[in-house]
Amino acid sequence: MKKNSHRTQKIAFFFLFLATLLIVVPVGLIVVMIIQKGLPAINWQFLSDVPRQGMRAGGIFPAIIGTIYLVTGAIIFALPIGLLAAIYLSEYSKDSMLNRLIKLAIVNLAGVPSVVYGLFGLALFVIFFKFGASILSGSLTLGIMILPIIITTSREALESVPQSFREVSLSLGVSKWQTIRHIVLPNAIPGILTGTILGLGRAAGETAPILFTVAAFYLPQLPGSIFDQAMALPYHLYVISTQVPNVDEKIRYGTAFVLLALVLFMNLVAIIIRYKFRKKKKW
Amino acid sequence: MAKILTEKLNLWYGDFHALKDVNANFEPNRITAIIGPSGCGKSTMLRVFNRMNDLIENVKTDGKVLVDGINILDLDADLVKLRKEVGMVFQRPNPFPLSIYENIVFGERVHSENIKKDRLDEIVEMSLKSVLLWDELKDRLKEPALRLSLEQKQRLCIARLIAVKSDVLLMDEPCSTLDPQATAKIEELMRELKNNYTIIIVTHNMQQAARVSDDTGFMLLGELVEFGRTQDIFTAPRDKRTEDYITGRYG
Ligand SMILES: Nc1ncnc2c1ncn2[C@@H]1O[C@H](COP(=O)(O)OP(=O)(O)O)[C@@H](O)[C@H]1O
Ligand SMILES: [Mg+2]
Repeated sequence: MKKNSHRTQKIAFFFLFLATLLIVVPVGLIVVMIIQKGLPAINWQFLSDVPRQGMRAGGIFPAIIGTIYLVTGAIIFALPIGLLAAIYLSEYSKDSMLNRLIKLAIVNLAGVPSVVYGLFGLALFVIFFKFGASILSGSLTLGIMILPIIITTSREALESVPQSFREVSLSLGVSKWQTIRHIVLPNAIPGILTGTILGLGRAAGETAPILFTVAAFYLPQLPGSIFDQAMALPYHLYVISTQVPNVDEKIRYGTAFVLLALVLFMNLVAIIIRYKFRKKKKW
Repeated sequence: MAKILTEKLNLWYGDFHALKDVNANFEPNRITAIIGPSGCGKSTMLRVFNRMNDLIENVKTDGKVLVDGINILDLDADLVKLRKEVGMVFQRPNPFPLSIYENIVFGERVHSENIKKDRLDEIVEMSLKSVLLWDELKDRLKEPALRLSLEQKQRLCIARLIAVKSDVLLMDEPCSTLDPQATAKIEELMRELKNNYTIIIVTHNMQQAARVSDDTGFMLLGELVEFGRTQDIFTAPRDKRTEDYITGRYG
């Protein structure tokens, strides 16, 4: 009996390990391949020059800048709203059926395919609000897409602050809002930042939401205002991979490498922040 | 005159009647112990005195609780003032994850936004001296409070109340996480503090009640069965139930 259960455990362990491998290996291979083929393309000119000769030469500077603008815009829009929503849900809303439904809906919104957000952004911002295809429309669309991530992670961060901190603060005559501001929020910041950066990474990498709302096929000059169109890394990658014939493989992989590096870098920052704060807190 | 006076205080958690017609009189500069088996409503009563039960949904309270003659159960009672005046020491010492210094001035910083640094320093010194921690900690004020021993943490929590000028200290089993030696020290501090404060301590340790308190109230199933001088309660209880509890028949 004992031996048997030991064997079952071994078999289970083996399959779990296999499943992990099945996930890790392809991801690892992709990363290795992109680094291998993309890294040789990376040089200062590639990062700082505009695309030339029908995007078959030159660099990807406008796409990098476009992506940075879009991600920044998305955060400016989504972080305050997401944070306020999270504060409401975790600190103020009563535990009612309706509120539980709202929370469930928000979690599920994070799983909606990004092309749906793209269509939504097209209908609402581009057409209805007449912002046209612009950085504003694209940022708002990306912002809406990452709102659920920001709300959910911020809410979890707020809820993980021990209840006793709130009680003590209130028992000192500190009002509810001051308690949130001075005690709850400071202790939730690492979690909120992590969520924000994960959202950033997602916003930087998606093509579908920007396809109809902002992305320019080829626009060598940098955007001058938020009502201009812009190039963006993921869309540029799509274009040079499928729409323009005879682009050197090096350029395609180089673009993929920059995009991947950007997203991985942001995730890395999130991990470091989380790690730093976790070491510091001790309740 | 009574510092805190309750008249026909009743409290319900939903349908559950947790406090039944409690009439009690807590006098200033005395230590009043509340004893009774667990679940009888001791913590509930303490939380009425600074309206911490407001945080719980479905609580209904009626009757009167007069603090300095003002009924704090009134809807328009000034909660900020009340909670500063009637401070609470919790069972588990619970400093914030801040420095010792910042823990003490936390309330004051929030209450008066542009307070001077000198004033804060004074408050810290005065509060730490009151809880007899100043000599131990005066060179470690910037250290995280979470690094202190349990007893020091509990003292710090008391200092935090003194800093906001509480004059009533509600203590809910403040020694239950401490060893006997630390407990003795906190009790000593309580005797010291009663010269300036009104202290109400909930304890399920009868020896502790007998040791530190001037008055004692015995609660059972939400009722305040008996209330009087500690000496009388422990030597000549009037109620059979009090006697049974004190002689250990309830366990
Ligand atoms: N938030 C609450 N909701 C419902 N019932 C509660 C709540 N808090 C306490 N009670 C009940 O009220 C009674 C008194 O609780 P409490 O005041 O904590 O007792 P004590 O401190 O004397 O051990 C207990 O029966 C407890 O189950
Ligand atoms: Mg209790």
